[in-house]
Amino acid sequence: MSHTHIDTKTMINFMSKRKLAMVFSLLLVIVSIGSLATKGLNLGIDFTGGYLIEAGYQTDVKLDEVRTALANAKFKDAQVQNYGSSKDIIVRIAPREDINKAEIGDNILDVLKTTSEKEVVMRRVEFVGPQVGDELRDDGGIALLVALGGILIYISIRFQFKSAVSAIIALMHDVIITVGVFSILQLEFDLTVLASILAVIGYSLNDTVVVLDRIREAFRNIRKTTAEDILNISINQTLARTLVTSFTTLLVLLALFFYGGEIIHGFATALIIGVVIGTYSSIYIACSTLMILKIHKQDFLIEAKEVLVDDAP
Amino acid sequence: MLNQYPLWKYILLVVVLILASIYALPNLYGEDPAVQISHRTKSLIDEDKMAVEQAIQSKDIIFKSAELTQGRLLVRFNDTETQLIAAEALKETLGKQYLIALNLAPATPDWLRAINAAPMYLGLDLRGGVHFLMEVDMVAAVKRLEESLLSDIRSYLRDEKVRYRGVRRDDKGLHINFRELANMQKAAEILPRQFRDLEFSENEDTLTINARLSEVAIRNEKKSALQQNIITLRNRVNELGVAEPVIQQQGSSRIVVQLPGIQDTAGAKKILGATATLEFRMAEGTRADWLEAKETGRTPLNSVLYYERDGSPVLLNRRVIVTGDQIVDAASTFDGQKGTPAVSVRLNSKGANTMGDTTRENIGNPMGVVFIENKIETKRVGDTMTKHRTTTKEVINVATIQGQFSSRFQITGLESQEAHDLALLLRAGSLRAPVEIIEERTVGPSLGKDNIEKGFISVIIGFCLVLIFMTVYYKGFGIIANIALTANLIIIIAVLSLLQATLTLPGIAGIVLTVGMAVDANVLIFERIREEIKNGNSPQASIHAGYEKAFSTITDANVTTLLAAIVLFTLGTGPVKGFAITLSIGILTSMFTAIVGTRAVVNVLYGNRDIKKLSI
Repeated sequence: MSHTHIDTKTMINFMSKRKLAMVFSLLLVIVSIGSLATKGLNLGIDFTGGYLIEAGYQTDVKLDEVRTALANAKFKDAQVQNYGSSKDIIVRIAPREDINKAEIGDNILDVLKTTSEKEVVMRRVEFVGPQVGDELRDDGGIALLVALGGILIYISIRFQFKSAVSAIIALMHDVIITVGVFSILQLEFDLTVLASILAVIGYSLNDTVVVLDRIREAFRNIRKTTAEDILNISINQTLARTLVTSFTTLLVLLALFFYGGEIIHGFATALIIGVVIGTYSSIYIACSTLMILKIHKQDFLIEAKEVLVDDAP
Repeated sequence: MLNQYPLWKYILLVVVLILASIYALPNLYGEDPAVQISHRTKSLIDEDKMAVEQAIQSKDIIFKSAELTQGRLLVRFNDTETQLIAAEALKETLGKQYLIALNLAPATPDWLRAINAAPMYLGLDLRGGVHFLMEVDMVAAVKRLEESLLSDIRSYLRDEKVRYRGVRRDDKGLHINFRELANMQKAAEILPRQFRDLEFSENEDTLTINARLSEVAIRNEKKSALQQNIITLRNRVNELGVAEPVIQQQGSSRIVVQLPGIQDTAGAKKILGATATLEFRMAEGTRADWLEAKETGRTPLNSVLYYERDGSPVLLNRRVIVTGDQIVDAASTFDGQKGTPAVSVRLNSKGANTMGDTTRENIGNPMGVVFIENKIETKRVGDTMTKHRTTTKEVINVATIQGQFSSRFQITGLESQEAHDLALLLRAGSLRAPVEIIEERTVGPSLGKDNIEKGFISVIIGFCLVLIFMTVYYKGFGIIANIALTANLIIIIAVLSLLQATLTLPGIAGIVLTVGMAVDANVLIFERIREEIKNGNSPQASIHAGYEKAFSTITDANVTTLLAAIVLFTLGTGPVKGFAITLSIGILTSMFTAIVGTRAVVNVLYGNRDIKKLSI
């Protein structure tokens, strides 16, 4: 393999700012965990159980009137919000004991119909029983752990342990901050948001692996340089790719965010946050962790034979 | 020679692309409003088809086509208005043995259908409909089995002339008490031979034989309760007239029911979860006795106190003459004399015999009809879940037997809707064990349509933005990547259509996300090529090195994302699964188009030629 020509003048010295980045990240993580511990997540009915009714009106809805009507009909605990437009509303109710649940959605719809002279259309009714909510929450947690475990194993095999640890740390950083933003802003956290958190894991890793790949290559090909320089060189070489891919992904996510409708909003939001944080973490967090773990040439030497295996398509 | 592909690779690519285009094609055709006709018991044949066609034509209704598949008839119409008129007309002419359901049938042309090409299968969030997750009350199923064994033991011991003091059932199983040791020993000897599902143990101190169901028997009972319930639910769904319903087992005690396109969800819920059934018992004593029993709370030995709907008491005999299970057919109708709603029922031969004997012996005596309904509900108190079971038993009718009757008769005393629902439930069979709806997701038709539109728009906008960016940023090579991206989208749609995997709104989001991430492989390759050129390599060598060096990176990056997607697929449910499917398919197809596809185009354009400069 030929020696890569390195133009050190145009290089950005990312690693020199790594202490600053560490402090910044630590701050974000602490704030996120703090918010999760105190405010918690605004869990959707997928996880808490309860009722959700989305209804469409012909004209603008006066939310106060709807709330009064619902309260008069023994639904005092109902949360009423506009959804997407001023003509659509969403009503949420925690699981109730005193009313036959099979009919509660229809009861609410009947109440809503009394609040408008024109037709009120049922758009969505969801009911999640308490046992299902608990299961979905447990399954979601297991899914996250299994995904992280699988990835740790794969990267340990393909690269080596220090790389795997730094990839996982970058990953947890991204997940904690993304979930943290949902907690701080109290955005609704439902099943689709959980799915997009798992997609964030996939994406963030994708980014980190590309950088790690370059670092491995650079350690093998470039002699007589410090680890810090190697990391800097690798980050710079992959910088264009990291930014271009993040940009195209953000483009489509913005399309989803603005045109995909309300149901997909949380999903798009989580991924947008995740992609931005993921891009930053693959540059800073993964590499800073490698520095802390004292990565050096020997770590990659055992696998030197493998270079021959990498084949063209 | 650099940058040339063997011929087979080009052929493979072209074949894949042509196949993908063909199988993606059905998605461009819309849907026809249609009416689906099936028979309760038999498969439809050509004669039925002719009869239906005639029935429609005789009403001057124009239909597009009628086709017979898998014993069902599908008649297509030009618009929903004719569809509705035709459905009404068919209901009138065909009679009750035919089930008529409204449907939207894909308007895929015949030649595409011949090669099994079909449009993507849309999830309920896109087409509108109801999704129920039901839990079967297994505790109740086992209890029911124990109770029936209890009465079997009672009559078996009586037949064998073994005297016992009493039998009872509690949470620990069945208990049979004796007065004398000899009788207990005799029973201990003969019972295990007759009741193989039970495990017996004796207690000589208390003169009791304890029996409990064996593990195998419990397992079998649960299994058959689930299967029996699925069959009953399928019958009920058919009665509701839903086209393409899904009724599936999920786990060991749950059933998923999906009803696309249904509007009256309240009605559907009532019918699906209902355990309503009937019991016929003779009334005991006089009206004065009934009132006295109500006040004192004491009832004669052989009778039980029930209430009518207006609250007035009735004493009924403990012995049940006939239960709802023995009803083979039922229809809602009107009572000829009073003009009130009624249910006319037909009993099976066993039921008819008992009913015939009882009514012959009891002419002039009153008989009561009991309406029984079970409900279960799970409530959470703190961290513990408890199941509340309630059983409502009401006497809907007490009438004097005017003359002997056996297999066919009428029941009055119900509201019109109740009569209709009860007839349906009796026809479809009763649930072996009560079910509880533990999850419901209903999407109205307007939202479904909105979701499709919004999903489609975001795919198009996201796709176009990426196309524009790639062209501006990578010029010639960007256009090559765009060709690959387009091919990728077509292949994803073709694979989804072929697999008939359910496409959901999160699934569409997955497609949008793949569009954004699919270019990543090309970005990696193109950045490498740019680097190689910067390092002073020739264009040909740069292309070669770019693809070669980027390959392992692309694989590593995609395998990790694929890992996350597979975890999502195996652990996720419903909409999340839809997302995982499109994401996984997208990752695989994008690797193919971005690496093999773009390379082929690059090779055709630049391979084996003297190139001074690359458009990158």
